[in-house]
Order: sequence, then structure tokens, then C-alpha cells
Amino acid sequence: MYRYDEFDQRFVEERVAQFRDQARRRLSGALTEEEFRPLRLMNGLYLQLHAYMLRVAIPYGTLSSAQMRKLADISERHDRGYGHFTTRQNIQYNWIKLEETADILAELASVQMHAIQTSGNCIRNVTSDPFAGAAADEFEDPRPTGELIRQWSSLHPEFSFLPRKFKIAVTGSPNDRAAVKAHDIGLRMIRNEDGDLGYEVIVGGGLGRTPMIGKVIRGFLPKAELLPYLEAVMRVYNLHGRRDNKYKARIKILVHEMGEEPFRKEVEREYARLDVESLAAPAEEVERIQAYFAPPALENLPEESKAFERARTADPDFRIWAETNLHPHRAPGYTSVVISLKPVGGAPGDATAEQMRVAAEAADLWAFGELRVTHEQNLVLAHVKKDDLYPLYRKLAGAGLDSANRGLVTDIIACPGLDYCALATARSIPIAQRLTERFADPKRQRDIGPLSIKISGCINACGHHHIGHIGILGLDKAGAEFYQLTLGGDPTETAAIGERAGAGFSAEGVVDAIERLVDRYLEIREPSETFLQTYRRTGAESFKDALYAEAG
Amino acid sequence: MPLLNEKGLQEEIWRELEDHEPIPLEGDVIVPQARLEEALAAPRTGRTGVALPNTIEAETLQPLFNRLSLITVEFPGFGDGRGFSIAKRLRGLGWRGELWADGRVIADQLAYLRACGFDSARIPEDLFARQPLEDWLAAAKTISAAYQTEERAPGVASILEQRKAARAARG
Ligand code: HEM
Ligand code: SF4
Repeated sequence: MYRYDEFDQRFVEERVAQFRDQARRRLSGALTEEEFRPLRLMNGLYLQLHAYMLRVAIPYGTLSSAQMRKLADISERHDRGYGHFTTRQNIQYNWIKLEETADILAELASVQMHAIQTSGNCIRNVTSDPFAGAAADEFEDPRPTGELIRQWSSLHPEFSFLPRKFKIAVTGSPNDRAAVKAHDIGLRMIRNEDGDLGYEVIVGGGLGRTPMIGKVIRGFLPKAELLPYLEAVMRVYNLHGRRDNKYKARIKILVHEMGEEPFRKEVEREYARLDVESLAAPAEEVERIQAYFAPPALENLPEESKAFERARTADPDFRIWAETNLHPHRAPGYTSVVISLKPVGGAPGDATAEQMRVAAEAADLWAFGELRVTHEQNLVLAHVKKDDLYPLYRKLAGAGLDSANRGLVTDIIACPGLDYCALATARSIPIAQRLTERFADPKRQRDIGPLSIKISGCINACGHHHIGHIGILGLDKAGAEFYQLTLGGDPTETAAIGERAGAGFSAEGVVDAIERLVDRYLEIREPSETFLQTYRRTGAESFKDALYAEAG
Repeated sequence: MPLLNEKGLQEEIWRELEDHEPIPLEGDVIVPQARLEEALAAPRTGRTGVALPNTIEAETLQPLFNRLSLITVEFPGFGDGRGFSIAKRLRGLGWRGELWADGRVIADQLAYLRACGFDSARIPEDLFARQPLEDWLAAAKTISAAYQTEERAPGVASILEQRKAARAARG
């Protein structure tokens, strides 16, 4: 993975010093609260319901075991002994004191981490495929692109005061696990007919109150032209994005209001004016970055592992876990492992300091000391020998990290909601907890098969509810929480925004409603059909009917 | 209004035209965009500058570049970053004259302004009272090197070039 050189290190250290000075000037009155706010946001610091929240960047979701241990230490020293992994592949601490922030940032800098641009109206932390560099279906590792964008966008002089936040995601696999079509810019690495590597550039996706799927603005952009092209897109957005209404300020609204074709023309016109050569990343820099992402030293192994087979037969719990929580690796005898942060009754994405340390230790023992955070709020060990799976599983089980539910109905995404968030209109975590309890039976979960439920505590959609197979949006109706359902959402290459199912449900009623949906699916599905496939085949009506025919 | 950059306070030699004031024939004046044609048509001996709103299409000004000595770009608030891109465009179109950011920018933005091609910032008195010159001089220096290749403030080094030099030194 990428490691800072002396220059990256100096950069984050100077940034910490800069933040200390900004905090000092806020206290002295030189900066007003209004002026300080965007500066602290660009260092990941939010004011929330009960305390400050600090959002730490995990660029493209990759981190080392040493970094994970530091995150654990920080959660003990400055929070309440746990952290919250988020849909942005970052970690958030929910109980931070303003006066400790600069110290936390300094601690992060000591392990090459930071909170730069995890918030604010700037280019945010780049996200990517959690199986990058390992997945069997990948043809190019997206992380070097992510790192290039991280560097280019860090403290960008022109693009730090945009109309609104700006999120970029990259995938290097035809199977999109980074939800690139739901980002302000999504980049899909592709090859053209000549075999040259490049990007399909997708612009104007986004969730929030006006969910939209991104549009392809450039079918093939040669790899070397990435940064200049991004600059052209960003400049058009910075100049023309709406600033009169923050709910209409995202680039998706600009693309929508201008129209896809005029927007494309405007970008190409801007691009034609640029000095592409001087803006492009120097080839030697691209190579330097690329070298950090060379695959680890994998052994030549047979595809099948005897130790794995034996353990599978001997321990049925392990067998069940291995059925759901592994992801195909490109090297024979290896696999990627998903560590679920979705235990029954737990808050999705929460990990205790102890769990972070166990995950770090597992990474050291069996996964080249490297971890990933997924946008589904789980962790991944990318390169694990099948021979090592059983001891790894035992270790995870000892820390409650063995939930066998990746991609299943209890692998729920939920935003912090009214338990933490100042903008929330309803709670989301307790709904997730009750759903996992309702569907706790492992046999039932596996019978239901792949099904993603995503919950947001308000219209801002941090829980990605629009792209959940079943989305739950928590709202407030005359002082009571109620929950609106959307069906058929999809974050992948076949991206779709879920359709609203109809009238909402009370906090008490919503779990039953979901169960009716799931039961209806089980009734009408064809053999081996997933929930989403059934929904697409039959349409909304049969599901609505189950929802509103009130059980019995 | 104080005019400043990382070298300190700059001398104020330009005068801003008052509303409804006739175009003076002598002296260096800044005129609003709406009166630019009028000012350029007048038999003036002094230099002419123009104050642009941040909604301007920079191209529209290009034909007049050689008749102007100063362009100022409005910053209605520090959070409205359009001016940064307008400066980049003006420089990209070949503007080599003076370029000021005019409005409520803050000390922490000075390096960004300079990187985008502004020479100086002209800020309101009340803001200057709160953020004295030391703040501006210090803020301009906090980040010593940047990742961007093309756009950097004077005195801010290029990380990519530092890397290259370090590689060369290692041989
Ligand atoms: C707890 C405090 C949080 C606040 C105040 C907050 C605020 C917001 C707001 C206002 C939006 C809507 C933006 C827009 O439509 O322009 C949004 C969207 C979003 N936030 Fe959050 N958020 C919070 C937590 C989170 C968490 C925990 C995550 C996961 C990392 C997250 C990830 C997202 C995502 C993925 C979106 C949708 C992106 C899109 O609109 O395209 N947020 N957030
Ligand atoms: S969706 Fe709403 S409630 Fe949930 S974290 Fe985002 S802003 Fe807060």
C-alpha cells in the first residue's frame, strides 16, 4: 500500500500546525465562527448533537495494521472506546473534544493519517473497491488512481471553496463495488479497442434529497489525461454550480439543469483550453505511486486447500461463515475475507478498540498487515491463504467479529441517525438493530440470499437508502418518527434509484413491513432468483400489495 | 481598503470610481464593468482598471486586455470560490496585468489566491482590523510545498519537484 515519503509526511505535519493556529485564531477572535467553520470542516471536524465528531480519512479504504491500532488507541484515549466505520470508507469518532482535536490530528500524522477534506465543500476522500488489487474480476488496481487524485486534490487552490462537497469514486473491475454511479464523479477503468487503458468518466451522480445516477460524460479518457480532465470538470462546476440554494448546489443538479449534452460540451470546451501536458501527472510520479501497490509476495499454491476442507467439514459454523464472507481472489489458494461489523443487535459499522486490535493482529498474522474498509461498513483482509482461514476465523470469533452475513439481510448499512446526528429526523441504528434481531436465524438469512437494506435517518441519505434493494428513510411526522420504504435500488454497474413503495410506517411497524416484503419475495421468487431480480421481473405491485394488505 | 499579499501591505494608488461620478480624464481609476466601455472611450491619460463580478465570463474581456492595467474580481464572501476559477481563466486567456481579489477573503486563502494568479487581495477595513497583517503573512507560509504542478503561490515549493530532486540526489 501507499507509504508517505518525507514530503507527504511534512505536508500532513504542516497541516496539523496550520489547524492548531486556526483554532488559536478562532479563540482570539481573529476568525469568526462562520469563518472557522469551513476550516474545521476541511479538517473533518463536525459539531454534532452531543459533542464534536471527527472524521478520519482512510484513502480508498486501505489502511495498515499499525494505522488500525492507532485508530484503536485514539478511540480509547479520546472517545468512548469505539469508532464508527462509515459508508465513505472512513472512520468517525462521535465523542470528541474540540481542545483535543489538534493532538488527535498529530497522533494520526504519526502513522501517516489525517482528516484532510473529509468534510467541507471540497474534493473529499476518494473511495474505491475494497477488493482492489485482489479481486479475481479486476483488470486494473484502482488505488494508484485514487492516490493520484488524493495528492492532486489535497489543498487544491482552485477547488477548496466549491458550491458543495464533491465525491469521487474509482473502480477497476467491471463489477462495480464502489457505487461509482452514485458519486459526483465516478471513474470506471476500461480498455479501448486498441487495448489502451483509460477511464469512463461518469458525472453527476449523487444521493441526498435529489438522488441521481451519474451520466457518462466521456466514454474513454486516456489514463494520462485524468488530472487535466478532472480539472476541466471541476472548473465548469466551480463556475456554474448553483450557490443560491445549498440543496441544489451539487454537480448532479448542474448536469441536470444544463442538460447532459450542453454540460459535456462545456467541459470539452474547457478541456480544449487547458495545457494538458503541464497539468498531467508526470509519468515518473505515476510509476512511483504504482510501485507501492505492487501485489504482495504471494506463494504459488494449489487452488484447493486441504486444511480449509478439513475445517469446513469439522466446524459447521466455520462452513457457514466461509460460504458468505469470502470473496474470490485472483491467485490460486488465496481468498479475500470480509470481517462483518454487523453482529445481531449491534450498531452497523461500530468497532470497539479491542476489535480493531484483533483485526489488526489478524492482518499481521495472515494478510500482509493490510486492511480495507468497505462502503458497506465492514472490514476486509484482501490477501489470505485458504490454508490460514480456520485460525483466522477462530481469532475473529473470539472478538465477536465472525458474523456470517456478508451481503445478507442483516448486513445492513445505517447512518448515525438521531442517536448522534444534528440533522436527523429519525433514528436509524435502532431500526437496524431490530431488523438484525428479527432476521437473526442464519438459516433463514441464507435462504433469503443477497439482500441489502440501507437506512438513513433523514433526507440527506448518508445511509445510501436510495440504492438499497430495500431502502428505509426515517422522517418526522408531527413529532413521531416514521419510515418510508424504497424498493429496487442498486449501487452497482446496473445502478438504479429505488422507487418509493407508498405510505410510510411507524417505528413499531417498519420491521414487520420489511418482513412482509421478504416473505412475499420468498413466495414469488423463481429458483435462484435474488430479491432484486424478482423485484425487477415482477415490478413493485406484488410487493406493495404485501406491504399494505396489513398482515392477516 | 487595505491591499496586501505575502510581501506585506501594497501601496494604494488606484482610485475607485464613485457611483454616478463622471469618468475622470486623469489618474488611475477602477471602473465597474458596466462603465468600462465609457471609460475606454474617454480620452484618458491615466491607467484603467475594471471591477468584475464573479459571474463574469472571462472570455468577454479578452479583447480589451491590452487597454487595461488592472482587473479586480469580486469575492462576496470567502466561501464563494468562483473567483479562483475566474482568475485561472483570465491568466489562461493571457491576462498579464495586475489581478486583485476584491472582498471578504480570509488570511487562510491568501496562498490559494496567489496560486490561482491573483497578485493581491483587497479586503474591507473591518476584516483587516480582526485579521491583522501578521495573520496574513503567517498563513501564507504554513504549507511550504504543494502537490499541484501548475498552480502554486510564490514561495510554495512543488512536492513533485522536490521528489524528483531527491531521486536525482540518491542517484
Ligand atoms: C453525523 C453527521 C453527518 C452529517 C451532519 C452529514 C451531513 C450530510 C448531508 C447534509 C448530506 C447531503 C448532502 C447533499 O445532498 O448535498 C449528506 C450526504 C451523505 N453523507 Fe453525510 N452526514 C453525516 C454523517 C455521515 C456518515 C456517518 C456517512 C458515512 C460516511 C456519511 C456519508 C454520506 C453520504 C454517502 C452521503 C450521500 C452522498 C450524496 O449525496 O451523493 N455522512 N451528509
Ligand atoms: S442521513 Fe441524515 S441523519 Fe443520517 S447521518 Fe446523514 S444527515 Fe445525519
